[in-house]
Amino acid sequence: MADRLYRAPAAGALRIEPLGDLTAIFDRRSMQTHLVVAPMPEIIAAMGDTPCDAATLAERLAAAFDLADAGDDVAALLRERLAELAALGLVMAA
Amino acid sequence: MRHSTRIAVGPVQFRIGSDWHAPIDALDRLYAGYPKDAARPADATVRLFAARPWRRWLRPSVHIGGDFIVPDALPLPLSMGLLAAEMGMNLQVALGWRRHMLLHASAVARDGRAVILSGESGSGKSTLAALLGEGAWRLMGDEFTLIEPASGDALGFPRAVSLKNAAIAEMAARVDPARLGPLLAGTPKGDIRHLIPRADAIAAMHEPARPALILFPRFGGAAAIEPMAPGEVFVRLTEASTNYVALGEAGFAALTRLVRETPAFGISYPDSAAGMALVEQLWAEAAR
Repeated sequence: MADRLYRAPAAGALRIEPLGDLTAIFDRRSMQTHLVVAPMPEIIAAMGDTPCDAATLAERLAAAFDLADAGDDVAALLRERLAELAALGLVMAA
Repeated sequence: MRHSTRIAVGPVQFRIGSDWHAPIDALDRLYAGYPKDAARPADATVRLFAARPWRRWLRPSVHIGGDFIVPDALPLPLSMGLLAAEMGMNLQVALGWRRHMLLHASAVARDGRAVILSGESGSGKSTLAALLGEGAWRLMGDEFTLIEPASGDALGFPRAVSLKNAAIAEMAARVDPARLGPLLAGTPKGDIRHLIPRADAIAAMHEPARPALILFPRFGGAAAIEPMAPGEVFVRLTEASTNYVALGEAGFAALTRLVRETPAFGISYPDSAAGMALVEQLWAEAAR
């Protein structure tokens, strides 16, 4: 099955403020505040401005972070996190 | 309204009207030392009115009105008119104020820096602030602390302190009786007696203070200090703010900045003396 594609919000839609272990995200479109933990901010940051799927994201994150502890199927984990971010409205299905 | 007065507390100018003179007289006595500026437009209006015209004389009961109302708030007997006025003032500020981020918190200041005490009713935040305000601290307020979104500074709201239950005797033993209002016994919030803040606190009520410490007091248990992570502080303060959502991004920016720049601790204490000692200890450590 082909991976679902997601895209990040347009630049400027989110205001992201790290607060220790948590990250506060203000969504300027909905005026909602979200509190998330890693790897959510890292996922949003790695998505760039073109639609991408979990496998592509896994490659990008592996290049930036040491994912040795994340288990074998990083893409499967990212697929779940992307669905959660989509449920919050922080990423959109492309 | 037959009787009315104006009261300025911090940046908020109230117009309070009442069907009876007693609550207005009581307010005028409590707020006699506050600056008066009759020409300034009112920011918030509170109305204390009789439910039915005849109720003004027969078993009078006070309804609370204003720009914002709580539909199911119970009327109070006229003897508790002062409490009704206080509740009305709180309500108008909590629901109507937009110029600052409002925290349901007491605060005291020293050397232009503020200690903000946030907690539920019964945490002792009001009593602690009132007691500290009788010593080396300036009482900024026992109920609300306002954060200026542009500067991040704290502004005071030094209304008459609402002392409850055991705090009444504790304060009465320390202050000039002329600074205490009438005892309101058996209100829905227990016994209440108002304390007029010190003259220097009222005179300085427009002076901003830089937040230096955020404390979450908890009355009861052994004296303890627990450092609090910024994420938890953020969550707690969004819950303690009555207008965080209404302020939108300005509130988000003000709160993230406050949380990031200000060390925060939970404190537990068995009695007021221990609580005050913990505040002083953390203050000394923060000043280092």
